[in-house]
Amino acid sequence: MSEFLHMGGYALYVWSSYGIAFLIMLFGIFKPLILHKQQLRELKLKRQREKR
Amino acid sequence: MMKFLHKFSSPPYFYSISGRMLPWLTALFLVLLAYGLYGGLVTAPADYQQGDSFRIIYVHVPAAWMSMFIYMVMAVSGGIGLIWRIKLAEIVSISSAPIGASFTLLALVTGSLWGKPMWGTWWVWDARLTSELILFFLYLGVIGLYNAIEDNRTASRAVAILALVGVVNIPIIHYSVEWWSSLHQGPTVTKFAKPSIHIDMLIPLLVMAVAFKIYYAIALLLRCRNELVQREQGSRWLDEVLEKV
Amino acid sequence: MMSSAFKMKPIRRARLSLILLMVAGVSVAAWFGLRSFNENLMFFFSTSDVVEGKAPKDHLFRLGGMVVKGTVQRPGEGLTVKFILTDMAKEVPVEYTGILPDLFREGQGIIANGKLTENGVFVAQEVLAKHDENYMPPEVAGSMKTAQNKESAK
Repeated sequence: MSEFLHMGGYALYVWSSYGIAFLIMLFGIFKPLILHKQQLRELKLKRQREKR
Repeated sequence: MMKFLHKFSSPPYFYSISGRMLPWLTALFLVLLAYGLYGGLVTAPADYQQGDSFRIIYVHVPAAWMSMFIYMVMAVSGGIGLIWRIKLAEIVSISSAPIGASFTLLALVTGSLWGKPMWGTWWVWDARLTSELILFFLYLGVIGLYNAIEDNRTASRAVAILALVGVVNIPIIHYSVEWWSSLHQGPTVTKFAKPSIHIDMLIPLLVMAVAFKIYYAIALLLRCRNELVQREQGSRWLDEVLEKV
Repeated sequence: MMSSAFKMKPIRRARLSLILLMVAGVSVAAWFGLRSFNENLMFFFSTSDVVEGKAPKDHLFRLGGMVVKGTVQRPGEGLTVKFILTDMAKEVPVEYTGILPDLFREGQGIIANGKLTENGVFVAQEVLAKHDENYMPPEVAGSMKTAQNKESAK
């Protein structure tokens, strides 16, 4: 296991590459998801206000 | 097929079907990602020259492929929006830009992290690296221009023109390593001859490439839905959707 | 959609041809631009260029080539290395003091940034390793080498 993490001495380069990929891709999913929730909530509030 | 495309491009239909597709795409993505990561990090043997550092290939190369693929999707759908004024084409075009930009950034950063131990430098101004950097700026330009113009539809038209002009850069990126002597090596998988990569190393690479494509589909659908909701405020179908939330 | 593309309304056809014209125009401009910058886009000079005197004499330039097997020498204790670069046609001796990249080895393609001295020795300030597009496990590389050796022994 420690040999796997060691990556033949290139651990820093390999794992930071994968880490950055993970962060960027995670951000690319969660940012629009959160925005969508916000949008729907706001539009719903707006509609309820208009109905009254 | 054309009938389906026509139906698909209607906002309410797109909104509901994309919502149903997302869980399936996510499951498919996770399976492919797990397989690709296991193959790339565990079962693929270390390279005869580069040792384990070559494993960066499994994020670097798919990201670089995606950076160009997404640019073409953005430009072509932008062009379709420009000619036929199809709303959904405009939305696909602008929603692709941030995803493409993030893949381009990922390709640049992982390339740098690979270049330092192997080439001996983080960055050189050779043709391949420079043209990929230009691609990143093209994406930023598209996003900036879109945000600078108030009206969504006018903005989409302006952005489509910029994206179409920038298409010139795509063949330059691809052929830069053949046209000019550069520090970056030539293509491994996409050359016409047999790929010069061992099969145990190639399969995880192709799996990762497919996984990244599925990821793009997921991220694109999510962003398209947001853009659609933004543009369709006050329409009846959206009100019906809001009713159910 | 295809059938409607053939029956495109004139305005759409005009838009389409405008776009095609625009992309074609930019492509031609890019083509000429790149052609005129061709020299500058070349990342390095080959060893033949240097021997034939095509490389600049007064300022820094990059020299690319393969490290000739058996020519890497380390005179003295320091980090100074001497080796010969080739492009399979002409050879240039190189001197360098500093840390070499991990991929630097005999038979490897490298790019050195530096200056040519009057006696024809290239003094490098920086050495970058260039790797090829082949990826394989060491065992396969080893067996390929023995196969090649057998081939050449015949």
